[in-house]
Amino acid sequence: MSEIRGLRLGRAEEEAGARRAADGVLRAAAAGGLVDVGYAEVDSPFGPLLVATTRRGLVRLAYPNETPDDVLQELADEVSPRVLESRDMTAEVSRELQEYFEGDRRRFQVSIDWRLVRGFAERVLRATARIPFGRVTTYKEIAGRAGNDRASRAAGNALGSNPIPIVVPCHRVLHTGGGLGGYTGGLERKEFLLTLEGALGG
Amino acid sequence: MGLPPFAAFLEEHRLPVFRFLVAAVGPNAAEDCFQETFLSALRAYPRLRPDSNLRAWILTIATRKAVDHGRRVSRTAVPVAEVPERPAPERPDGEPELWRAVAELPPKQRAAVVHRYVLDLPYAEVAAALGVSEEAARAAAMEGRRKLRAALEATR
Repeated sequence: MSEIRGLRLGRAEEEAGARRAADGVLRAAAAGGLVDVGYAEVDSPFGPLLVATTRRGLVRLAYPNETPDDVLQELADEVSPRVLESRDMTAEVSRELQEYFEGDRRRFQVSIDWRLVRGFAERVLRATARIPFGRVTTYKEIAGRAGNDRASRAAGNALGSNPIPIVVPCHRVLHTGGGLGGYTGGLERKEFLLTLEGALGG
Repeated sequence: MGLPPFAAFLEEHRLPVFRFLVAAVGPNAAEDCFQETFLSALRAYPRLRPDSNLRAWILTIATRKAVDHGRRVSRTAVPVAEVPERPAPERPDGEPELWRAVAELPPKQRAAVVHRYVLDLPYAEVAAALGVSEEAARAAAMEGRRKLRAALEATR
């Protein structure tokens, strides 16, 4: 009785209906407070950034070279599987990033959720978050502020795996000798950000 | 690796769930039932075991919503009211008799028929979605199909 198949809509109509219905789920989930991690893409000079926010604050920012699916899976594993796209939850960080890239913001005010880092790495990144716009410091100095000035290599590792680059400004940490040091996002990005902030003479 | 992020889960299953609901409750009510289905799923999601069969799980929830919807409607109105008043424009060759006949089936039979003959699910999955034995699922689908055929023949 193949005519029962007549109970299907046309392909395009079915696809459009399912998409509309899924968008409705996103809205209702956000309104009902059922989203533990809300994410969105934000435009930047480096391409689209993926930002993710919990009820506590910004928890993750990923450069375009990271695969979004992997980042979202990491958030599902480490925070909660209730990960959904949410323009509302990411509105503040999106606006602040846009202002920052346009040169209209020197300080991020969005709150940070530190739960993806712990121990010494957390202390290093919290100290890094306090380095002001336009200023730079060294791995050794930041290791000291985190409580162990002989651990500059460990501090470098912590900065290298910063889950929230740009907003937690690990680009403001340089080698003691004045060299740029490394950067997970690629050195040219570090240079771009420091130039934007006027921290590189030239 | 644990459960996929809910966004990926929604993306993967939205089409079959929507397809099921369109056939089971009609195009007009499908969106509401879809939303109820995925919101229920989202509430329970963090407690789900990572090795669960996610497709079977979401189809079970969708089936429950469709059956509940069918019961609500049959309490408050004649089943015919559920039939779309006019076929959507993209579907000029829609078959109103078929939609009407399906809407008149008891909700569980309707769900069984749709799972089996619209989604082509094997009986084991029809049974899982309905929460009944495979034998009962087979009986429901066959009985539903028999009634459908009788209803359609009567209109011709």
